[in-house]
Amino acid sequence: MTPQNQPQKLIIDGREVTFGRERNLLEVCRKADIDIPTFCYHSHLSVYGACRLCLVEIEGQGIVTSCTTVPKAGMRVRTNSPEIREMRRVAVELLLANHDRDCPTCPKNAACKLQSLARRLGVREVRFRTLTPALPVDRSSPALERNPNRCILCGDCVRVCCEIQSVGAIDFAYRGAQTVVTPAFGKSLGDSECVHCGQCAGVCPTGAIIPRQDIEELWRFLADPRKKVIAQIAPAVRVAVGEAFGLPAGTVATGQIAAALRRLGFAQVYDTSFAADLTVIEEGTEFLKRKSQGDKLPMFTSCCPAWVKFAEQYFPDLLSNLSTCRSPQQMFGSLAKEILPSALGVERENLVVVSIMPCTAKKFEAQRPEFARDGMRDVDIVLTTQELVSMIEAHGLDLAQLRPEALDLPFGHKSGAGVIFGASGGVAEAVLRYVVSRNYATDLARIEFQEVRGTAGLRDAQIEVGGAQLRIAVVHGLANARQIAEKVRAGKAEYDLIEVMACPMGCIGGAGQPVTTRATTLAKRAAALYDIDRCVEIHTAQQNPAVQECYRTILGSPSSEKAHALLHTHYRNRRRGVAWPVPIAQPHKPQLEVSVCVGTNCYLSGSGELLERLGDVIRANGWEDKIAVKGTFCFENCRQSPNVAVGEVLVEKATVEAVVEEIEKQLAHQQEPELAPR
Amino acid sequence: MTTATLTVDLEAIAAAYQRAAGAIRQRVIVCAGTGCMASGAMRVYEAFTRELARWGLKVELELTSDEPNTEPTPPPAPDRYLVSRSGCQGFCQMGPLVTIQPYNVFYVKVTPEDVPEIVEKTLLGGETVDRLLYVDPRTKKRAPSTDHIAFYKQQHRLVLAQCGLIDPEKITEYIAFGGYASARLALTQLQPEQICQIITESGLRGRGGGGFPTGVKWDAARRQPGNQKYVICNGDEGDPGAFMDRSVMEGNPHAVLEGMIIAARAIGADSGYIYVRAEYPLAVQRLRKAISQAREFGLLGENIFGTNFSFDVEIMEGAGAFVCGEETALIASIEGQRGMPRPKPPFPAQAGLWGKPTIINNVETLATVPLILRHGPERFRSVGTPSSPGTKTFALTGHVPNTGLIEVPFGTTLRQIIFDIGGGVTNAKGRIRDDAFKAVQIGGPSGGCLTREHLDLPLDFDSLREFGAMVGSGGLVVTNSQTCMVQLARFFMQFTQNESCGKCVLCREGTKQMLALLDEIIEGRATPRSLDLLELLAHAVQKGSLCGLGKTAPNPVLSTLRYFREEYVAHVEKKRCPAGQCRALAMPTIVAERCRGCGLCVRACPVGAIAGERKKPHVIDEKRCIRCGACFDACKLDAVAYA
Amino acid sequence: MAGCACASQVGANHEKRFQKVCEILDYYERNPRLLVPILQQVQEVYHYLPSEILEFVATSLGVPTAHVFGVATFYAHFSLEPKGKHHIKICDGTACHVKGSTAILEAIREKLNLSGSAKTTDDMLFTVETVSCLGACGLAPAVVVDEQVHGNVTPAQALSLIENLTEGKEENQ
Repeated sequence: MTPQNQPQKLIIDGREVTFGRERNLLEVCRKADIDIPTFCYHSHLSVYGACRLCLVEIEGQGIVTSCTTVPKAGMRVRTNSPEIREMRRVAVELLLANHDRDCPTCPKNAACKLQSLARRLGVREVRFRTLTPALPVDRSSPALERNPNRCILCGDCVRVCCEIQSVGAIDFAYRGAQTVVTPAFGKSLGDSECVHCGQCAGVCPTGAIIPRQDIEELWRFLADPRKKVIAQIAPAVRVAVGEAFGLPAGTVATGQIAAALRRLGFAQVYDTSFAADLTVIEEGTEFLKRKSQGDKLPMFTSCCPAWVKFAEQYFPDLLSNLSTCRSPQQMFGSLAKEILPSALGVERENLVVVSIMPCTAKKFEAQRPEFARDGMRDVDIVLTTQELVSMIEAHGLDLAQLRPEALDLPFGHKSGAGVIFGASGGVAEAVLRYVVSRNYATDLARIEFQEVRGTAGLRDAQIEVGGAQLRIAVVHGLANARQIAEKVRAGKAEYDLIEVMACPMGCIGGAGQPVTTRATTLAKRAAALYDIDRCVEIHTAQQNPAVQECYRTILGSPSSEKAHALLHTHYRNRRRGVAWPVPIAQPHKPQLEVSVCVGTNCYLSGSGELLERLGDVIRANGWEDKIAVKGTFCFENCRQSPNVAVGEVLVEKATVEAVVEEIEKQLAHQQEPELAPR
Repeated sequence: MTTATLTVDLEAIAAAYQRAAGAIRQRVIVCAGTGCMASGAMRVYEAFTRELARWGLKVELELTSDEPNTEPTPPPAPDRYLVSRSGCQGFCQMGPLVTIQPYNVFYVKVTPEDVPEIVEKTLLGGETVDRLLYVDPRTKKRAPSTDHIAFYKQQHRLVLAQCGLIDPEKITEYIAFGGYASARLALTQLQPEQICQIITESGLRGRGGGGFPTGVKWDAARRQPGNQKYVICNGDEGDPGAFMDRSVMEGNPHAVLEGMIIAARAIGADSGYIYVRAEYPLAVQRLRKAISQAREFGLLGENIFGTNFSFDVEIMEGAGAFVCGEETALIASIEGQRGMPRPKPPFPAQAGLWGKPTIINNVETLATVPLILRHGPERFRSVGTPSSPGTKTFALTGHVPNTGLIEVPFGTTLRQIIFDIGGGVTNAKGRIRDDAFKAVQIGGPSGGCLTREHLDLPLDFDSLREFGAMVGSGGLVVTNSQTCMVQLARFFMQFTQNESCGKCVLCREGTKQMLALLDEIIEGRATPRSLDLLELLAHAVQKGSLCGLGKTAPNPVLSTLRYFREEYVAHVEKKRCPAGQCRALAMPTIVAERCRGCGLCVRACPVGAIAGERKKPHVIDEKRCIRCGACFDACKLDAVAYA
Repeated sequence: MAGCACASQVGANHEKRFQKVCEILDYYERNPRLLVPILQQVQEVYHYLPSEILEFVATSLGVPTAHVFGVATFYAHFSLEPKGKHHIKICDGTACHVKGSTAILEAIREKLNLSGSAKTTDDMLFTVETVSCLGACGLAPAVVVDEQVHGNVTPAQALSLIENLTEGKEENQ
């Protein structure tokens, strides 16, 4: 065999093309600037070969799919013969026949690959009949919306969920004409193991999986004179939004976003980077404390909500290794709701905090019950970059034409540390800047840590701080996270700090961003963030005047009680049916055994939460040595779920109160015979 | 695992078997294939043992005599009666089948009630029971033995030779008939490359349908580096109407195992899988038994025949997916995945099961391998045609009087198969009418149909392709003139549509649309455009699908369009089904020359649409006719026809 | 307040229910590669694939539940619905189809009042399905009733086979 790196030549459409390391003919064609149509080929996913659009004709071999063909020197390839055109057209027409053709009202309209390929291939008519019945649309997820009637079964979502994220919340089910992509048992996405990263929506060529749209609710708030709507803009948004308005990738558009939001009716426009600076200080302080105590290391970052849910589901035993810090979005939310009502002169219930995020999982995060006070969420609405684009367009504005405006103070203040959060490695670097400054005089401290920057999905670095070596790992993609967490679990990972981001290259590759398939686009976005860092006056979180002001007036010192109340959080075990039965409290000789069903039905009826709360009650009552609690499987009484067995008694449609009542009753009953003989 | 020291002595086992056989006066062989079992063969088997015992005769159920290694005893007197079971003898429709040796008397449709008479007359009296003999449907003559039955006479049984003879559950019988000697040769005297060379020289081609040269496939796997390789026996025979592999697995499971051992030696594999359809419980049971016997005899396990070669086999039962007959889908299935094919290359010989070099051979192919080693490649090449040596088994079904499993040399013509072995063609009323022949569908859902003009075509892997058909795995369905070819195409299209894995667009969506178009045609809703679309789709699916299932799925449609286009056109344009099978379209007419005006049809017609003078040809009123077909069924003179 | 049902056997029953699947998983050493045989065994024991058992299998093997569901729904032999006491399979291979298997299917479905896509009778006595080919083509049309193959079946014979079962008679063929 010829070495792969030696450039060789083949002929594509009569023109000579050199190739080297390209793993298939499709990539060679792309290199020759021929955009071979495909739905199911993605360079970062396994080759699937199902959409049959990337067909090419090779002399002597006939028609083959270019995605599965290894390029060979001397091949003569035709990419656009009449026969190939006809077959591609038939394939697209077949897909359109059973596709929901509601294009004008589809959120993916004009960004849909099926639509654009139909246009490119000159499909003017669908000659085949619609044969599949309409399926229900799944709107159960806080982050994503799934419309199976628009699905073309290319499997991109399935592979990204499995291969990149190692979650596998959705998969193919059934076969042949009945094939669908679905969560297990045809359940809704909201009830599945989905971590809401939205990467499936990022690769979906049609509108079958799209980020959930919360624009309408926001329009209503904006139109309501009683409401004061304020915004926070995540770092990654500013370097991507311009792409949707024809600006080159990596254009920084913070000022234009501010201008646009004000025109839309936002009262104040702030920066999530401010909250990121707070995160750096809280997380850095927490890290130093753990390090000095040698306790619960490595520490995992907790800014990425998809990673947090992932850890809760698959690594509950490592939850104490997660930083207790809330993400910047939630720190901002809780602080805003704490400070701004009086500062802006608005009732708390009329202050609407909107965050503009590159991320779909942030929508889920904002809905977590721990991020609400008095029934009011800290962050009311989360918009993705894509939704921001829609709103700007809906208002008739062109972002590219707007004159930039400044952000509002005080939460518009930021340091470079808070900006680089948007790129993989940024959080680690920002924390390092803080940690180093605590060990050296500020002017001696290093600012740039090139060691943690980069694009690889799993990278590590050793950094010397105050004579000690800090071992840092940075990962993006949850499959990589799983790999490193498994190592930690096995005691084979010697790290101090591990930064995890679910999306490729970090938040800049979030599923809420304008869709891109080009790795260069992500690189440009990242570069733009680091450029901002270099251009701002301050580079470390602790120099941010607004942050300093917050500690002075409200929080006191880092990691103070107040800081904990506002800026930290706790996690829950979301694993179900792990090692059955799942012991929650396991005294040596229990007086009473409580089994909480965590089977499908009961779990969906809230038994997981019940189990957790029961643990709290047991601890609160000091029953740890009396009562054994375990999660268990089906009582075959699913209609009355959740089911809890207390001793021999089955409590149907159980609530914590009912279970506690039954426990108390039985405990009292057990004590009676003991008392009698005395 | 068996120990290294145990080396099986095949000759001693064979000799012991022959000695024991010397004590047998007569042998009753009851066919115990799935077909005969379903017809009650086990109760016949039990009746024989009971009845013989009742006569106070010495009954043996098994030929196990002394230990192979002990001193030979003097030959016993031949005074025993052996009642044994065999694998499928192929003539399932006539089951349960019973053969009495040494006379070779062959009884069909035997019931337990017949057994006392057989014992008394045939076994003890030496006479035949005439009423249980097979009657030739053409000549009405009784056939005293299989040599007189056209169905068997014209066959050439190599792979199936032992199927109707030996007891598939007894390894000693297989060994006594020369079994495992080829495996020993391969392990002790031949190098892997020599084995590949012999198989390549023999010209053996894969019997599963593709016809790829087996020796070439093996050699490709042999050349792959690595010490972990696999041999997979593909027993996922899914074609509707084909049961060749089932019969071999049930009737001669050790031949399959021996073939696998030789294949494993040839490529350097140490483990193998037999992937069997779940619909074949008896095959699974017999294979399991064969594997455990082979392990017991040291023929599977470590250090086979005292060499340093080790090999073992596991059975994997399919879970009901036709597409798993495709090799990459089969591998996915063994790996615990959905059985969806993946693009090739890489071929399994390069990266197969768990990414390791793997060869996948069909049951019949593997069962042929020991014969090639035993008799030499030249002898194998002397049967069949130069490009397709050897024999091929077919499942002959449809409108022929003799249906069942047959084996013929490649190069046999369809005429020989249908008219000699099959005994002719039956019309809608079951009468043999050779002019009723319309077409033969060959190769199942991947194949096509051939017509009268192809009857003298020698069958082999290559000869059929240019006519739009293929040998496939060997299903042969003969159809008569009352078979609607659109319906036949629809049947196969429905099958592939159901069995499509759903992965690639053209197969999943294309077969679905093709089925819908065929339904339109059959139900009279089609327009001339429907036919154009059907053809357009057929070509696109054929050219562009991912795997063999999709690529061949349009064949039944394309070949019926090729040879019976006028039938499609009649459906579409005249809204008529010439064969009268499509209920919505069929318009019966009365052929005046045949009608004698008996009035049977008038009485049968539920709507009074038939009228005519007595003893004169009747007429059907097309406006009143509801096309129910009652007149057709009622007429005894075949005077009602579909125009 | 939730109703309390006396359920002294709840625990025992339920442990028994999962004990079997645990045994199966242990036998196959919780190897995710052996998912298909594991599901076959589960179906053998439970007569179908109950969703909570599948979920349990998925967690035990460390694979996503959606994957297990995907495999279970791919293969025709797996059923996610409970099956009836008696299992009737009608062969629809080429030979059987040509010889009238459709009429048998229709007759049986009508007799058992099965409409639409229903495969199992409401009283859970019968499950009626077609299979692609039993390989018993010589006996076409063939019907399998509770694992026993019947050949050359007419619609009337098929109905009497069912009647025998409903009347509780032992099938004697």
